[in-house]
Amino acid sequence: MNQYKYIIAVLVQNQFGVLNRVTSMFRRRQFNIDTLTVSETESPDYSRITVRFHGDPRTKHQLVEQLYKLPVVSAVEDMQPDDAVCRELLLIKMENNPASRSDILAAVEAYGAKSEDYTRDSIVIQLTGDTNRIDAFINLMRDYHILEICRTGVVALERGCKTIREEIN
Amino acid sequence: MILSGADIVVRTLIEQGSEVVFGYPGGQIINVYDSLYKYQDELRHVLTAHEQGATHAADGYARATGRVGVVIATSGPGATNLVTGIATAFLDSVPMVVVTGNVPAHQIGTDSFQEIDITGITLPITKHNYFVGAVEDLADTIREAFQLAKSGRPGPVLVDIPKDIQIAKCDYEPAQPVTPDAPWPAKDVRIQEAAQCINDAQRPFLYFGGGLVISGAQKELLELAEAIDAPIGCSLMGVSALPTDSPRFLGMQGMHGHYAASMAMHHADCIIALGGRFNDRVTGNRFKFATGAKIVHIDIDGSELSKNIVAAHALRGDIKLTLQKLLPLIRPTRRPQWQELIAGYRAAEASETPPEGLTPRNAILTLNRYLNENTPVATDVGQHQMWAAQHLVFHRCRRFLSSGGLGTMGFGLGAAIGAQMGTGERTVLITGDGSFGMNLNELATAVTNRVPLVILLLNNGVLGMVRQWQTLFFDKHYSNTILDRKTDFVRLAEAFGAQGEAVDTLEALDHALARAFQAQGPYVIDCAIGQDEFVLPMLPPGGSMDDIIVKVGD
Repeated sequence: MNQYKYIIAVLVQNQFGVLNRVTSMFRRRQFNIDTLTVSETESPDYSRITVRFHGDPRTKHQLVEQLYKLPVVSAVEDMQPDDAVCRELLLIKMENNPASRSDILAAVEAYGAKSEDYTRDSIVIQLTGDTNRIDAFINLMRDYHILEICRTGVVALERGCKTIREEIN
Repeated sequence: MILSGADIVVRTLIEQGSEVVFGYPGGQIINVYDSLYKYQDELRHVLTAHEQGATHAADGYARATGRVGVVIATSGPGATNLVTGIATAFLDSVPMVVVTGNVPAHQIGTDSFQEIDITGITLPITKHNYFVGAVEDLADTIREAFQLAKSGRPGPVLVDIPKDIQIAKCDYEPAQPVTPDAPWPAKDVRIQEAAQCINDAQRPFLYFGGGLVISGAQKELLELAEAIDAPIGCSLMGVSALPTDSPRFLGMQGMHGHYAASMAMHHADCIIALGGRFNDRVTGNRFKFATGAKIVHIDIDGSELSKNIVAAHALRGDIKLTLQKLLPLIRPTRRPQWQELIAGYRAAEASETPPEGLTPRNAILTLNRYLNENTPVATDVGQHQMWAAQHLVFHRCRRFLSSGGLGTMGFGLGAAIGAQMGTGERTVLITGDGSFGMNLNELATAVTNRVPLVILLLNNGVLGMVRQWQTLFFDKHYSNTILDRKTDFVRLAEAFGAQGEAVDTLEALDHALARAFQAQGPYVIDCAIGQDEFVLPMLPPGGSMDDIIVKVGD
């Protein structure tokens, strides 16, 4: 079956050990998780886990149903990229040398990225965007000397006024 | 009233309706044991020989009664000894509450003596588990554990309580026993679509598993079978849910199922699955499984739908409530051609003339004559388990107790003890010499508590199921399956304070059973059977119904 990328938002109770319960389930059922982020939410009772993974529709169904079986999970939302704002943050440290400097800074300008640290030998660039945009920027930087990369994984919110808390049953 | 955490544990168990709990004391649960001493008139504690035996006993108690089984153990090795028993209950959806002690909170995470991360260890084998951080949370945590264990798809829940929480005091107010979440039927639109599919079928087959027992949907199942003129089969977990002689019931299907049941399922054009998970022991090669059938699958656990076999109609909901809404939409039909086919499968199955003498089949048929409709029969795991599932005759639900999902050798003796205590009925354990050897220490528990148990030990001197595979698929390389042991099971039984006798003819078995069913306390019958007896039919692992082995030549 075809492989797709999915983004699932999971509202979990804000308790000790919850992330472990969720990731332990992913591991033992061998779901292919690409990225996973955890964050506080508007309520101190909940944390929000955003998972991007790849698989077929049956796998996605399994993942959602298995999540719902965990008592700490309050709501699960399958985020549709067209109806959601999905963002990652990239920090990338480039070698700073006269030969590539202007090309790198031009790319930063073109992408609307920011240089957050600038030394004689290095530039740290920050970029936010969806996964494709970040991948494209990294790809571009591969023409030069990348010293280090760190990226956050996807966070996502649905467009419009609907919230995941409406999914709590 | 102000109580210690330990008292709160025991009072909450009593409040939740527990009458008997199983366990083993130790340093980090000693306060709870002190409370058990205090409340011994209200809550019976059964001391087992090993914590694993306690979990199997609580499991057998829960399977036979439908109530929540309770286990208590100490930290460290006490807790790790529970793991196999908890996993057994988890894989078979048995409601269980497990209480463990742990080292005081300030020592947690320091690798102190007998400290183990039991909530971490049992994460994948419990519905949920708790580490209690404050005595004020204790009663509600145990109540929530009962609630979770019983609700939806049941399962084990563990509550880990550090010693300082057992000592700390707080106010305790008794509460009512928790009630499981109210079951709900599947969505109407799904039920309508499923009804259409069933009405359009020519060769419908009803397949059920343990979920049907939990839902208590036997009456609705039989009504549906009658309306659509369909045969019924079950997985191992379904055995004893219907009386064995129910007219449409073909028995267990699958790897070692009845020929007629497996053939009917394979040739069906619509399989209505009720509370089963299409385990590989049910389907064989799932890509070749019943390829001409549309699957209508009803289960309370949505993750079972289309997990193993893609369902054309996936109905998430309680089986009983869903069938009650489905039945009025079903068009009663007679299906003579389908019935003719099934009659053919049944005739083929019955055409075998089984050998006489002390074969496993004949041993179990002899045992059947001693069972009354309430007798619970527990098994261990292996060939004897399959013979028992094939040949035992049942009249009442929850009377066949067997480790289906995990396949735990050593399950049976503890389970039989728990089932006896839950039902008050003399209980039978059918076991093999391999399985019995794993947890026979629980004979001590049975003797001490004068548990009337009939233990039919089918003794072939080998690990028969593995040997069967080695015969069929490994060129008779009997690697480590010949038990070259000198154990004298009769003297072993006597050493424990039980009675026992050895038999090697069917007639002797008959007499031994007569004595065993009169005995007080446990009675071991060491019954010699041939080492090359096979469990047949057999669907080879990963095979399809086309590969079924019905007979084995020399």
